[in-house]
Amino acid sequence: MTAQAAEQRELAVVIGLEVHVQLETATKIFCGCSTRADEDEAPNTRTCPTCLGLPGALPVLNEGAVEAAVKIGKALSAEIPEQTTFHRKNYYYPDLPKNFQLTQYDAPICADGSLEISVEGTRRSIGITRAHLEEDPGSLQHKGGSIDTADYTLVNYNRAGTPLVEIVTEPDFRSPAETRAFLAKLEEVLAYLGVFDATRDGSLRVDANISLVDAEAVAEDGSISDEALESANRTEVKNISSHKGAEKALAYEVTRQKNAIQRGRVIEQETRHWDETRGITVSMRSKEAEKDYRYFREADLPPLEVSDWKAKIPIPELPDARRDRFASEYGLDGESASKLTSTKAVADFFEDVAESFDPDLAATWVADNLLGELNYRDMEVTDISDRLEEFTTLISLVDADEVTVKNAEEIVLRSMLDEGDDPETIIDREGLGKADDDAIGAFVTEAIEENPDAVEDYHNGEDGALNFLVGQVMQKSRGSADPGTVNALLQDELA
Amino acid sequence: MSDSPVDADAVRHVADLARVNLDEEDVETFTEQFGDILSYFDALDEVPSIDREAELVNVMRPDEVTDGLSQDEALQNATETEDGFFKGPNVS
Repeated sequence: MTAQAAEQRELAVVIGLEVHVQLETATKIFCGCSTRADEDEAPNTRTCPTCLGLPGALPVLNEGAVEAAVKIGKALSAEIPEQTTFHRKNYYYPDLPKNFQLTQYDAPICADGSLEISVEGTRRSIGITRAHLEEDPGSLQHKGGSIDTADYTLVNYNRAGTPLVEIVTEPDFRSPAETRAFLAKLEEVLAYLGVFDATRDGSLRVDANISLVDAEAVAEDGSISDEALESANRTEVKNISSHKGAEKALAYEVTRQKNAIQRGRVIEQETRHWDETRGITVSMRSKEAEKDYRYFREADLPPLEVSDWKAKIPIPELPDARRDRFASEYGLDGESASKLTSTKAVADFFEDVAESFDPDLAATWVADNLLGELNYRDMEVTDISDRLEEFTTLISLVDADEVTVKNAEEIVLRSMLDEGDDPETIIDREGLGKADDDAIGAFVTEAIEENPDAVEDYHNGEDGALNFLVGQVMQKSRGSADPGTVNALLQDELA
Repeated sequence: MSDSPVDADAVRHVADLARVNLDEEDVETFTEQFGDILSYFDALDEVPSIDREAELVNVMRPDEVTDGLSQDEALQNATETEDGFFKGPNVS
């Protein structure tokens, strides 16, 4: 194709994801070592003969990991096949003490699912090809240089054997933004299931396959023919660690591939590494082809037959169902219901609050005020999860008219987030307790005495004068007076 | 007999995957040895078939923490260590 012809091609983006999710179990997938990584833990202190791959040690599957995988399958409307098996994936790298990774190959625990996402108001269903269980490798430190130039390598097997589920999607994404929405939704569903902790470092790792095809190859319903997919060279982007990272990495890769195609170049089929700090993808040395992994059945792990677990293991209400229930049960509009179910922590907090207060008040405080202020500070509700009672106290103070809505929103809430004090302390310190009528009466008298001109204007029928006096009183009360009460008192005094 | 006798290229490929450097002499030795090893498996063809015992399924353990090894125990077979880590050559 000439460069000019290439320029005229309308291109469509095709992306599929492989998402590695760390499961929240107490122990590793094939041994009883703890998965709890304390921040300052010493290396190689959570190991045993099994996860160190010592001769003679045998893996025994963790029931908790299987349960978590079944829950994930259920939430993704996937099938749990009659029988599922484990394989050895052979490759030589020091993060694998056994020189193979225990994983699943041709009989994964979940198959044929889907997850619905919403991007800019459009709902789309993303196909899930499969999800399988596997063990995490250990971690490496390259000392004395970068990965290529290091002098030597230090190996820590604390992470080795941590249970992972790898979720593989169909090539159903048509933009980087869709992958971000999908990953956010997936994280949310996993958090609802209680099988995943997004705050753990490295708990979500993403590889993405991306190619560009002729826009004409995309059918009306968004599907793309197998021929078009096979004829386009794709790159695999590794080392993506967040949903924001996925969008950035893939946006970069779309631009890179478009530029290459426009210059008449062929996209090389290769693996590329996302360099988060530099914001670019770089070509990686080509690794093993699939047959080089020499997959074979793990004879030490008997097959699993857990398809009946799907009916036995309950899963909680998921975000979409909860959103619909919030709308009907609490009479919330769609936007508030969506905001309030955006994370499990927020939704749980809202339901707590809505139990004791009017749902509208609860919705305003949680969806608008609290989330708004948190968002402004780049904080999440999980950052204040141990202080939620204080926020309930604030709402009860507003509900009981102990503090004005304005002061509660603009001073108390902000100060709670910025300074970390509890609402009562702030109200006392700032003198924000709603002023009683005697105190307001005194301010009214003061304002009248101090502003004879305004009083005269008022008697001359000037419209602005009363408002000016109300303002004066409000200032003296530092906003703690109710403007309606002040207005009435002034009119009485001046009558 | 094995369907695909081991040739020098297969040995080089396997060595490459295992990140092992072999010189030509090694390749020759291993080609022969790999062939020998595979031929031992042919002996299995002579074993009479027997009824297999019913296959085990669903062998699992509860998700409960058990005691593992101390750092010293974990590292005791390592030829080189540093600050509690296993120490090895650079890999990329």
